[in-house]
Amino acid sequence: MDNHNSVSGENRWRDLDKLLVRPGNIVGPNFEPGPQLRDDLQAYAKVLVVGAGGLGCELLKDLALSGFRNLEVIDMDRIEVSNLNRQFLFRLQDVGKPKAEVAAMRVMERVSGVNIVPHFCRIEDKNIEFYGDFNIIALGLDSIEARSYINSVACSFLEYDSDDKPCEETIKPMVDGGTEGFKGHARVILPGITPCFECTIWLFPPQVKFPLCTLAETPRTAAHCIEYAHLIKWNEVHGGKSFDADDPEHMQWVYSEALKRAELFGISGVTYSLTQGVVKNIIPAIASTNAIISAACALEALKIATGFSKSLSNYLTYNGAEGLHTKVTEFWKDNDCLVCGPGVLIEVDSTTSLQKFIDLLREHPTLPISKPSMVHRGKNLYMQAPPILEEMTRSNLQLPLFDLMGRIPKDVIHVTGTVTLNDRKTSALRKLRIVFKGNVDGVADMDMAGGA
Amino acid sequence: MAEPKSKYDRQLRIWGEQGQEALEKASICLLNCGPTGSETLKNLVLGGIGSITVIDGSKVEEGDMGNNFMVDLQSIAQSKAKCVCAFLQELNDSVRAKFVEESPEALIDTNPAFFQQFTLVIATQLLENSILKLDKICRQYNIMLIVARSYGLTGLVRISIKEHDVVDTKPDHFLDDLRLNNPWPELKQFAESIDLYTTDPVVHKHTPYVVILVKIVEEWASAHGGKFPSTREEKREFKELLKSKMISLDEDNYKEAMEASFKVSLPCGISPQLHQIVNDSSVEIDSSSYNFWVLVAALKEFIENEGGGEPPLEGSIPDMTSLTEYYISLQKIYQSKADADFLAIEQHVKGILKRIGRDPDTILKTTIKNFCKNARKLMVCRYRLIEDEFNSPILTEVQKYLTDEDYSVAVGFYVLLRAVDRFTSNYNRFPGLFDGEMDEDTSRLKTIAVGILNDMGCNGSSLSEDLISEMCRYGGAELHTVAAYIGGIASQEAIKLITKQFIPLTGTFIFNGIDHKSQLLFL
Repeated sequence: MDNHNSVSGENRWRDLDKLLVRPGNIVGPNFEPGPQLRDDLQAYAKVLVVGAGGLGCELLKDLALSGFRNLEVIDMDRIEVSNLNRQFLFRLQDVGKPKAEVAAMRVMERVSGVNIVPHFCRIEDKNIEFYGDFNIIALGLDSIEARSYINSVACSFLEYDSDDKPCEETIKPMVDGGTEGFKGHARVILPGITPCFECTIWLFPPQVKFPLCTLAETPRTAAHCIEYAHLIKWNEVHGGKSFDADDPEHMQWVYSEALKRAELFGISGVTYSLTQGVVKNIIPAIASTNAIISAACALEALKIATGFSKSLSNYLTYNGAEGLHTKVTEFWKDNDCLVCGPGVLIEVDSTTSLQKFIDLLREHPTLPISKPSMVHRGKNLYMQAPPILEEMTRSNLQLPLFDLMGRIPKDVIHVTGTVTLNDRKTSALRKLRIVFKGNVDGVADMDMAGGA
Repeated sequence: MAEPKSKYDRQLRIWGEQGQEALEKASICLLNCGPTGSETLKNLVLGGIGSITVIDGSKVEEGDMGNNFMVDLQSIAQSKAKCVCAFLQELNDSVRAKFVEESPEALIDTNPAFFQQFTLVIATQLLENSILKLDKICRQYNIMLIVARSYGLTGLVRISIKEHDVVDTKPDHFLDDLRLNNPWPELKQFAESIDLYTTDPVVHKHTPYVVILVKIVEEWASAHGGKFPSTREEKREFKELLKSKMISLDEDNYKEAMEASFKVSLPCGISPQLHQIVNDSSVEIDSSSYNFWVLVAALKEFIENEGGGEPPLEGSIPDMTSLTEYYISLQKIYQSKADADFLAIEQHVKGILKRIGRDPDTILKTTIKNFCKNARKLMVCRYRLIEDEFNSPILTEVQKYLTDEDYSVAVGFYVLLRAVDRFTSNYNRFPGLFDGEMDEDTSRLKTIAVGILNDMGCNGSSLSEDLISEMCRYGGAELHTVAAYIGGIASQEAIKLITKQFIPLTGTFIFNGIDHKSQLLFL
C-alpha cells in the first residue's frame, strides 16, 4: 500500500487551518475566515523574497510552511563556506553555486506543492513590472543600499487620490528583517500608511570611518594598521590595480603589510581574521537570530495576506545578548518623504524637451538624480541601458516631454538613476508628479501656479 | 583542514574559539521533535554542537507536512525522531546525531537516570505534569533544562538551573575602566610628564583625553579644596575649564575630554550588583565550592585589601585621539596595573584553595586572568524550581502584571498556557480541538483559568474573554513561524548557557504573536 505516500491536503494544514478557518475576536480588519481563505492564499498570494542568505533561507522555509505556494527569490550571490553556519539550505558541496537556485530547489524538495522561482541576478536587473507582480515583498538583506532600492521600487507603485490619500489597491506591502549577532529587527512597511524605509533612514547610523590622517600619521589600533594597508599602502604599491577583497592573495598582502606597520608602531592585535573583518566589514551572524527575525517577518506576511491576526505596528527590535529584550515601536511616516509621499511635484513648461528636463533633474534641489531612465505608464521615455534601448529612445530626447506623455496636463513618471546616499552613489527610483504650464489644453496658467 | 574554521567564521567572531569548543563538547537531549524542537536543534546543529539525542515516540503524520521542515512525504508513518534526526545530520556531519523512539513522558517516568548523560535537556511541547517531574530530575543531576512551548500565536521559553555563573557576560554598553575618578600614582606620573601647554599644535591636539582629564581635574581640585567636581554646576564649570584649554576648534581630543568629563565624578568602589555577588552566602566557601565562588572570595579579599575598595583594573583602554607613542605608553600603564592586580588576586586564590584543602594550582592562570578582566561584569543567575513558581508565585509581581496594560496579555497567556495543560490532562485533548465544541471548551477553559488565578492568590481577578476564546481558537495548533521563533530563542539560550557567555534570560519569556508585545515575567 502506498497510500502513506499521498497527501490529500485536507489534513496537512490542520494546524494552520485552525487559525484561518475559525473566526476570532483579536484579528485583522480584513479577516474572512473559512476554507476559501487558505485556498485563496495558495492560489493567489505571490511573495517575493529578496535575498537568499541567512534571512532569505529561513523566509523561504517559513513562507512555504505557512501555506504560501507561489514564491520567488532573487539573489546575485554564490554560496560561500562561511554561509554554512546559518544558511541551512546549503551544503558544503553547494559552495560556488547560486544561492537563489539552490535555496529554491531545497525548499521545493521538502515542501510538496510549493513553487519557487529563483532569480540569480542583481535586484536592479529586474524591471519595475517584475516587482509589480507580487502581493508582498519580504526583505532579507544586509545592506542599506539594497533595502533603499527595493523600498523605492515598492513605493513607486503607490498612487494617491485627489485628496492625497493613498489608494489601497496600489499599496505594495513589505516585511523587512535585519540581524547582527544576537540583535535584530523586523518591521512591516505599508507604503503610504506606515513609514517606509526612507522615512526612518535615520535608524541606520552612518558607518564610522577612520580619518585618513589617523591611519597615515597616528595609528593606535590594529584596525588602523589594517585600514592603512588596505586604503593607502595598496594604492601606493599597486597603482592602478584595484583591490579585490575576495582574492585571498590580496587579503594576505594587506594582512602582512598591516602586521609590518603594527610592529613598527608597537601595536598588537593584527590577525588574519581581524583583517578580513575590517576590510570586508564582516557582520557577525548566527542561525538563531536569523531564525527569530525571519519567523517574525513571515508571520507578519501571513497576517498581511489573510488578516488572521492583528499586525505588528510597526517595528520590532530584538536583543538576545543580555537576557532577552523585545520592543515594539510605532514609528510615524514622514509626509514629505520623497519616496513614499505623493511624489515630488515638478512644474515644467509644456515646451521643455526631454533632454532639458533631464538637465533640470540633475540640478533639482531636493532630488538631485543623475543618469536617469524614465518610464511613463509603462512606456520607456528614455533608457540609459542596455545600449539597444538607449538607441531606440535617444531620439525622444529632443521631443517635448509634454508630447511624449500624451499631452496630459499632469501625470506621474518614474525615474531610475543615481543618487548620493551617505557619500556613496547608489541606485534609486523616484516618483515625479509632473505638472505642465504654458500652453496646455483646457487648463489656464493661473490655475496651475496655485498647485505648486 | 581549514574548512571548519571558515565554516564557523561568522559565529567565532561572537563567541570565539573557547565558546566554540564548549559547544563542540556539549551533548543535547531534545524531547519531542515537532517543529519547535526541530527548529531548536537545527540552529544548534548548524553551529556545530557536539551531539544531539532526539526523543520522540510518535510517527510522522500528514499534518506534520504542514509545519515541520525536517520531515517529508517519504517520512509518513515512520518514526518522527528517526526522520528528524536524519535530516538534522544532513546539515552538519561533524555533529553526532542519535534518536530514541520513545515517548518523553514515559522516559521521564521510567528512566530518570537517562538524563544524567547530557549537558542540557530541551523539553518542547511537554505538558505541566511531565515538566514538573523532569525539572526535579534535572535539578537532582545538575543538568541544565530549557522548556519551550509553541501554542497558536503564543508560547514560552523558561530556563531551569539551580545556578548559572557567568564571567564573560559581554555586556553591550559597559563603562570603560579608566579610573579617572581615582587615578593611581603611575597614571598621575605619566600625566605629569606631559606638558598640556605645549606650543606644538600637533602634539596639543594629539594629547590623549585621559591625560587631559587627569591633569585638569587635578588643577580643578587644587582650586576646590582637593575635591573633584560633583554638583551639576561644578560639572558644567569643569567642562568650561576644559574648553578654555583648547587652542583651536578642531581639537578632537578636547572634545573627547569634554564628553568623558563625567567620568572624573563617578562614585568610587564597586557597583551594587557586584556588591551583592561578593556578599552572597556562597562566598563562604568550603572544599565543595565551585571555582567561580573561590574566585569571588579572592575578589572580595582583594577589594577589602590591595584594591582599596576597587575591583582589579580591567587593563584595556578604548581608542582615543592621540599620538601613537602617548597611546602605547598609556596602554602599558593600564596593562601593568592590571597585571599587578592579577598577581594579587592569584595569591588570594592560592591562599583560599590551600585553606579549603585543595591544590593551590587547580585554577588556571588564564582562568584567573579572564576573571580579573571581567570582575566588574560578573553575573549570577538562579532559577526557581518550576513547581515552586507554580505553587507560590511572587504575588506582588502577579498583581502588578494583571493590572499593567503592557503585561496583561502576557500574564493572560501565562495563565492560559497552564490552563490548557490542565484542560488537556482532564479531557485528554486540547481545548478547541474540535470545531463543534468551541463554546463549551471556552467556558471550561475559563473555569480552569480562574481556578489557577485563585491558586496563585489572585482571587477575583479575571482574564479578558477575548483572550480565552482566542486560546480556544488555537486548538493546540503549532504554527511553523511561531515554532521557528520559539525554537530560535531556545537555541540561543542553549548557546549562552553552554558557552557560559552573555547573559541568559531569567524569568519566563511569554511570546505574543498577535502584536509582538512579548514580555518577561518574573514569578
